This record gives sequence, C-alpha cells and structure tokens, in this order.
Amino acid sequence: MQFVPAIMKASWLLAVVAACTTESHEAPRPAVTVQAPDVTSTPTSRPIIAQLTSAPEVPQRAWRQHPAHVVVELTVKEVVKPIAPGVTYTFWTYGGDVPGKFIRVRQGDEVEVHLKNDPSSKLPHNVDFHAVAGPGGGAVSTFTAPGHESRFTFRATRPGLYVYHCATAPVPMHVANGMYGLILVDPPEGYGRADHEYYVMQGELYTAGKYHAPGLQTFDMDKGIDERPTYVVFNGAEGSLVGDKAIHAKTGDRVRLYVGNGGPNLVSSFHVIGGIFDKVYPEAGLHPQEDVQTTLIPSGGAAIVEMTFDVPGTYSIVDHSLFRAFNQGAVAQIVVDGPSRNDLMTEKITDLRYDGNEPAEAAPAAQVADDDIGKATFGRICAACHQPQGQGIPGTFPPLAKSDYLASTAKATLIGHVLHGLQGPVTVNGTTYTGQMPPMAFLSDDEIAGALTFARASWGNQLDKVSPQEVGSVRGQTASKP
Amino acid sequence: MSAALVALAVHVAGGAYHTPFPASPGERATEVAAFWLDREPVTNREFLEFVAQHPEWRRDRVKPVLADGRYLASWAAPDALGPRTRPHAPVVDVSWFAARAFCAARGGRLPTEAEWELAAAGTPDELAWYEAPAPDVVPDIGGAPNAAGLRDLHGLVWEWVEDFGASMVAGGGCGTASSSAATAEYMTYMRFAFRSSLEGRFTIGSLGFRCAYDGGAP
Repeated sequence: MQFVPAIMKASWLLAVVAACTTESHEAPRPAVTVQAPDVTSTPTSRPIIAQLTSAPEVPQRAWRQHPAHVVVELTVKEVVKPIAPGVTYTFWTYGGDVPGKFIRVRQGDEVEVHLKNDPSSKLPHNVDFHAVAGPGGGAVSTFTAPGHESRFTFRATRPGLYVYHCATAPVPMHVANGMYGLILVDPPEGYGRADHEYYVMQGELYTAGKYHAPGLQTFDMDKGIDERPTYVVFNGAEGSLVGDKAIHAKTGDRVRLYVGNGGPNLVSSFHVIGGIFDKVYPEAGLHPQEDVQTTLIPSGGAAIVEMTFDVPGTYSIVDHSLFRAFNQGAVAQIVVDGPSRNDLMTEKITDLRYDGNEPAEAAPAAQVADDDIGKATFGRICAACHQPQGQGIPGTFPPLAKSDYLASTAKATLIGHVLHGLQGPVTVNGTTYTGQMPPMAFLSDDEIAGALTFARASWGNQLDKVSPQEVGSVRGQTASKP
Repeated sequence: MSAALVALAVHVAGGAYHTPFPASPGERATEVAAFWLDREPVTNREFLEFVAQHPEWRRDRVKPVLADGRYLASWAAPDALGPRTRPHAPVVDVSWFAARAFCAARGGRLPTEAEWELAAAGTPDELAWYEAPAPDVVPDIGGAPNAAGLRDLHGLVWEWVEDFGASMVAGGGCGTASSSAATAEYMTYMRFAFRSSLEGRFTIGSLGFRCAYDGGAP
C-alpha cells in the first residue's frame, strides 16, 4: 500500500539531483568493453558481508578469483562530533564517522546495499555511488526515510576508486555536512603489493563562526554559496591524522593512500611535503603516472597514490592551496621510522655568517687553495657522518681523527672508498663498523683530493697530500673495468 | 465551522502558491482556496482520546498496512502515554492513514502541501532545526504564534500533508540571487525531500500533523 507511485518519487528526486548537477557522472558513458572476463557471470557463492572500515583504515583486499555477491551495510547517523578542540558540529554520516565507511569490493561483484537511516535522523538520506554506471548512481533506489532501510543491488563493472555521497535535496548541504566516502573496486589482478594502505578524504566545512570559534557550530549558507569554507580538513576534523593519530611507516615501506575529495566545492592540490609520489593513478583511473609532486583531486573525485620514504622523519600531507593547510586545517602527517640517510639528505651542516656583500667578482675556482676546497668539501659531504672534528659516531660511523685505518691504508684504496663507497665490516681503532658508505663519484677530482688531504692533515693526522691526478688515475682505472 | 473548531483553528486566506518544483517550466501557480488550519499540531493527549474512541487505531490493533511497526512506539502502553511522551507535545510516530482518520473524526482533513506551505510562508524558520538529530523526547508545543496565530509550524516536528511527495518536478534551480533566499529555499528543499521519502504507513519520531478544514471566513 503505497500512496505515491514509486516512479513519481523517482522522478521527483532525480529532477532535484539533475537540477543540482551540471557535469555529473550520471551522463551517459560511452560503451566500453570491460576487460575482466568474469564481470558478466553470475556469482554463485553464498553472499559475503563486506567488512567496512573507518578512516584511516582500509579493509583487506578480497583474494577471490571470482566475483561474489557482497552485502554492504551502511547506517546513516546524524551526530555531533568535534571539528577542532572546543569546536563541534552536527555531522551527517555514513556509519558515524566522516568520511563514511570504506567499502572494498572486487570488479564483477554484485553489491547488495542496505542503507539504514537511524530513527533519530531528522532527514531522509540516500547514496549516489560513483561506482554505479546507471542513472543517479543508486540515489533513487536508496532514498530512505528516518527509521527505515532501503536495499538495492548493483554490479561493480569498472575497477577504480570511487566517491559515494548523499544526493538528497539540498545535495550540497548533505555533502558539506559529511555525507561522503569511498568505494574501491579492485581489478582482478589488484593494485600490487603495499606495506600499508590508508584512507584519506578531504572535505570542507562551512560554519557560522570563524575558524576555531568555540562551541557547536551551524552550517553557513552564505559561505557555502560563496565557496568560502571555514575549515578544509582531512578525515572530518582538524588534526585527525596528526601527532599520536599520524599515519606510520618505516623507511622503504610502500605506502598506498586511497585519497578522496568529498568537496563539496574545492579541488584539492594533494601534496606530501618532502615526498614524491612513486605512482599516482590520476583521478583514480586505470593508468598510473610516475614521480609526481602534487596531484589534483576534484570534488567528487579520487586518486590512488603510492610512495616510499628513504629518509626517516615526519612528512606532512597538505592541500597545497596553502592557506587551506595553514589557516583552515588541511594537514595530516606520515611519521617514517628508520636509520638516518645522510647520503640522501643531511641536516644543516654549517651556518655561516652572510652580511649581504657579494664579492666584486666571484673568485674562479682555480684560485681557491687546495686545502680550502678540501675543508669545504669535507664539511659539506663527509662531516655529516664522520662529524666536523672527524670523531665519527661510536659504533655507527668510523672516526677519521687519529685513525689507524686512514694511516695504514693505501691512498688509492681510500680514493676508491670515496668514489665507489664502502660496505663494512671495517675495523678502525679496534672497533668494527658494518654500515655502508655511499659512493661519491659525483665529486670532482679536486674535491675528493682536497677532502682526503684535509682529513689526512687534521685532528692529529700527519699524512701526506692526495693529488687530483691520483684521484683521476683511480677513477680512470675503475671506469675502464667491465 | 462549529464554535469548537473555530477555537482550534485559524482562518487562512487563499492565494497563489508557487511550488519550488513545478512539473513543467510553464506550470502555473496553484490556486489555494481559503481554508482553516489547526493553531497547533495535534498533541499526544488529543491522540490518546482519539484511540480511546476509535480503538481500531490503538497500536496493538491497527492493521499493519495502515501503520508500520513503530506506530505510537514511544507510548508506555497502547492506551497510556508514559515518561517519553508528554501530553502537550505533538503526537509523533503516526502514519498518514492514522493522521487522516484523526482529522476526519474531528470533521476535517489533512492540509495539502500547497496549503501547508502557503500558511507557513513568512513564518520565521531556522536552519539549525533541520541540521540537528531528533531529540529523544519531543518538547511541548509553545512556540510563538505567527501573524496568523499558528504555532510551531517550524522547529518542533515535521507535519504530514495530504499529498506528500506528489510533486512532479522537472526543473528547479539550486542557485539563487541572495543567500537568505537560498537558505529559505534549502529549508523548503528539506521539507519536500522529507515528504517525498515517505509512504503512507511510515511512522517517524519527528513527524506529526495538524488538521485543515474547508471553509471561508467566519
């Protein structure tokens, strides 16, 4: 017994959706042959309940060789949660958190969505899954009154990372209030091995009070229309991935981030300070790009980014539209643990006085005394490990000061160490070191000769000079080797 | 209009109602005839009297096709209100069928969407109410009356209308010139969206009703 024919309601809602969307994914897609051979076969196994996660966690990939019938249970709740310390907001959520639960299925899966709208909700809600290739993305099928549950099924025909969001009028307000999340459709072959996978989603908040104004904040229509957000945050709140909530990894780990942008207005210039993405799947499409510094993530779009970190430390994730990072909250952190890598990046080695007076004419390099270039090269390159006074770091980096190894090793061998690096073990003054000295063949013959000469004549060492010709000779010998 | 109804209801002048969701760009405004509308939403106390006189609308006797499983669920018993149900608060968790039956018993009917929106036009409304989840216990009636003498059209509960969700919409912009108009439009969007999510047997903890009556000025 239904008072209003479903088709009328469908038309009503769709009209609102269409009216509010200028370039929506609902536009007809060109016919594309889906590559996976099993997409059209009907799953025969028993239904699987999808394991959903809250950000920043990502569910395990399903290692199935076949598509399945997967049940996704999403519950809409309207909840008061913090934006920042002392600032709260009434978020509308999929699952109690912003962003909504992460959904992970396999290409070809038949996805049965159960959308439950909590009885305490004031409003009806629904879901437009960008992973659905069909009108409204499921918005009409999932339109649900408070205290009710809607079910519908779609086939995850295309791989990729897709946004889902509420599409109930007024749509921008529902999205601004937190109703967005990500659904990952793994291709059958997956995206490859990663040591860590995390879920990060950007979104804006438009509050009546200014940034950090305390108390329960209400939605500000003026700011929404003018696209002047009060907050731009990752994972629903300022500081949600900072400090003791930061993402962690070890040097060398492959970190994959599933990044979405809920919007509702802004395009993100997604960047990791100090990081270079090994791989970016721009707009979460099929084909990755490599060695990317900053990638654009449109509102209602996503990207898959992969990175490895060689140098330990804290890396900040930002929207590189920088006022958003510094004045509106768009900062997250990845903390990378591991041994220091002074060969790749040193801390500040020296701090020199500079009084602003440039020399009238830059002195040609040839006029610099040998010991000057040597001292400078040592300070710039070698001191990072061997330390400014050649004392080394006990157990980690061997000393050069009063070094028996330096005194007893042939000059050609020492030159070779600098040119080609040295893998321990090496015993110096009775202590065995097992670390690795990186090759420094990028230095000139003058620089290597100078640095060696400087070390051999400093801190109590009284050894003879090394000439650029000797360095050149060693370099030539090794270069001619096969 | 009987004297009893005149005490309950106020007269609303008719006029043209412009739906925000016209069925076609050329659709004309709906002409609304003058009518009467309850000053306040129907209360729990009033609905308790109704089910005493019409026991087929008790929650333990109602036909499932006429009301879902949450019908009057906050009441302590089929014939008693209880601690979560204040006598002078709007009755909620009632189906469209039950609301219609109540109004018919009172000699009236549910207002149409156009009547309700016309009566509410110009009444102060706050976006904050739409943002917040529904409270566990619905507060008492007692908002300031609008110019016509109608209380609590906004800010307390949603209200059933006769033709909920019947709007056929083919257009309707989201952008407007002024943000205050946009805010009002957003609140209207939310009422229309809410109504269109309903079915006649649905009952919701933030959804009540008031009755309308045909007739001109007294």
